[in-house]
Amino acid sequence: MSMIEFHDVQKYYGDFHALHDINLTIDAGETVVLIGPSGSGKSTLIRTINGLERIQEGKLIVNGQDLADKKTDMNRIRKNVGMVFQHFNLYANKTILENIMLAPRLVLKRPEEENKKIAMDMLDRVGLADQAPKMPSQLSGGQQQRIAIARSLAMRPKALLFDEPTSALDPEMIDDVLNVMKDIARDSSMTMLVVTHEMGFAREVANRVIFMADGRILEDDTKEKFFDGQPSNERARQFLSKIITH
Amino acid sequence: MIAIFHNYGSLLLQGFGQTLLCSVIALIFSLIIGSMFAIFETTPIKFLRVIARIYIEVFRNIPLLVITMFFFVVIPMFIAKINGFTAGTIGLTIYTSAFIAETVRSGINSVDPGQMEGARANGLSWWQAMRHIVLPQAFRYVIPPLGNQFINLVKNSSVLAFVAGFDLMYQGNVIASDSLNTMSTYICIGILYLIITLPLSYWMRYLEKKLA
Repeated sequence: MSMIEFHDVQKYYGDFHALHDINLTIDAGETVVLIGPSGSGKSTLIRTINGLERIQEGKLIVNGQDLADKKTDMNRIRKNVGMVFQHFNLYANKTILENIMLAPRLVLKRPEEENKKIAMDMLDRVGLADQAPKMPSQLSGGQQQRIAIARSLAMRPKALLFDEPTSALDPEMIDDVLNVMKDIARDSSMTMLVVTHEMGFAREVANRVIFMADGRILEDDTKEKFFDGQPSNERARQFLSKIITH
Repeated sequence: MIAIFHNYGSLLLQGFGQTLLCSVIALIFSLIIGSMFAIFETTPIKFLRVIARIYIEVFRNIPLLVITMFFFVVIPMFIAKINGFTAGTIGLTIYTSAFIAETVRSGINSVDPGQMEGARANGLSWWQAMRHIVLPQAFRYVIPPLGNQFINLVKNSSVLAFVAGFDLMYQGNVIASDSLNTMSTYICIGILYLIITLPLSYWMRYLEKKLA
């Protein structure tokens, strides 16, 4: 069953054609890694899926609802599709526990006791249960990002979007975050779309690797073909050789 | 000076009370109205943004005395008779709310946009994100400028003197012309204003330190 479907999607910022003829289907439970040079449109693409960016043409169906349709309730989509940002975006005025409990309480009307139990379970899952009473600013970047993941998971979403989740982190923090993400990826029910240059992560848990440049999808391969064979696209090959040697 | 306090104590007290009452009412309502228009200015809804822009630009750029006189003179002509105190308090509320709207708006804009984005992506509606995440952070930023607005408000309440609002300034004028001791009178009046504004100023400083 498909979770996310792009059909001839176009996106413009004024005259700038940010997304070009995007056609893409992601099945439920798949883990897809999206790579490409900066400015290639990968962040824009991922942000259209939960409606943070609107598309101008084509159809974008997420969890059975068309986002191009003005009547579609974005908040209903966002209940089912979580997002993790490069800069974490934890609520600066709330404790860690409140960060996780707020949306389930307000949006899902989850009873308080159950809400707290789920929040603590999620904190446990990312290995930070002891940080519950702290404020976000007291945590390291890697810890904040794991909290952000726990916050998304607490909504019990069907899909999770990761927008360069490790690129603002110190190198020694990256593994902690990636390990949490790998753990989620191995859970076969979660659909994951990850914008990242962490090729180790892609090799280990991705089903597919997509390469984008200039707002177009140039390569959409299984992990095996992408890493062990050769991408058929010349730019994808060049890009891959650069990030792998680094 | 002691003589002024001694001879005109009840008038001064009455004026002090009126000034304090007017200031408290205007402070509460200008904060509510000002915050409302600040929120209007930052909504995705264009109509509300336009309304807020017009309100703020009109009332911020007309002298307080003109707004007050308008309510004192024009409203009784068409709607209902209101006294000087009411007209002055309404004028002061509206005038101050325009400045507070600008102050709060700048606070909202200084909150990292990632906060709103994170909340929306987390499933919160625009208003939920505003109420629980953005506004609490915005108010922390704007406590110092908001304190200035409150102090200005107390001082600007002297506009009541022009519309027979029986406030501190009005009573000062009465006492000055009765006692003919103008210097002592206005020193007394000044001291009484300080009694309201200085604690306000220190309280704001305390809040600023506590929340920073």
